[in-house]
Amino acid sequence: MTIGIIQFGGSNCDLDVLHILKDEMGVDAELVWYKEENLKRFEGIVIPGGFSYGDYLRAGAIAARTPIMTSIHKLANEGKPIIGICNGFQILTESGLLDGALTTNDYPKFRCENTYLRVETRDTPFTSRFRKGEVLNIPIAHMEGNFYADEPILSMLDDNEQVVFRYVDNNGKVSDDANPNGSLENIAGIVNAKKNVLGMMPHPERASESILGSEDGLRIFESMVDFIQ
Amino acid sequence: MQYQAEVTIELKTGMLDPEGTTIKRALQHLGYDTESVKTAKMYTIELEADNEQSARENVNEMCQKLIANPIIHNYSISMREKQ
Repeated sequence: MTIGIIQFGGSNCDLDVLHILKDEMGVDAELVWYKEENLKRFEGIVIPGGFSYGDYLRAGAIAARTPIMTSIHKLANEGKPIIGICNGFQILTESGLLDGALTTNDYPKFRCENTYLRVETRDTPFTSRFRKGEVLNIPIAHMEGNFYADEPILSMLDDNEQVVFRYVDNNGKVSDDANPNGSLENIAGIVNAKKNVLGMMPHPERASESILGSEDGLRIFESMVDFIQ
Repeated sequence: MQYQAEVTIELKTGMLDPEGTTIKRALQHLGYDTESVKTAKMYTIELEADNEQSARENVNEMCQKLIANPIIHNYSISMREKQ
């Protein structure tokens, strides 16, 4: 079982994800340069954060239209688990694998800080190791994380339990103060209708070792590996 | 024939435009009374096409596929023949 970590020019935290998967979890994982198109050997994919193509045009817009994304669409259709983190989330929405769009933070500033997230559903390949309603401590680092979708799409995400994480305060309550970027309904992460593609703005790989102050992110990757096995 | 398109990409009505709001505040600090400021991006694209309609169709497709994100943007195209 091998997990592929996609690298675009301008990706970051790709090596952090590799470190967590290989060194912390003992899972076989490989970096994959975006020019590669054959991804058949991978059982799961991580699209890491960063600033692919300098965030030119829109964050994630250009990476979303590279040929490797056609292969990722295929894996998604086969039901394989795919996580997009931060810029990876932006790439997944731009490529149409996830609904909505990520726009400039309501206060237009790059925000790099710890956030609290509430787990809204266990029923995904990425959250089986959590309790519903559990509050996680995972940092964000972005300027375009303001989740937007029109009303019919938002209702659909809610009705199908596709909202996976919301920004909350440390008591697990959704509030405007706990919302770092203006995301509608405090949405921090969603899945597709089949629930095998997750996009999230917070960085779980930055909260996967006790030395980093939180290990809450690790269980996302562990859930994903459980699902594959 | 050579054509030049100007593509303007704007956020849909009702969407937050933090950059516009910040510029509006700065204008107010300077003493200008502004009702609202909205940002837009403009791209100038030069291309070859048999006629204006086909140039326009081509650029429209570019907008649909890449330049605009239909979830958050409206766009308009103005086209002229390049001398």
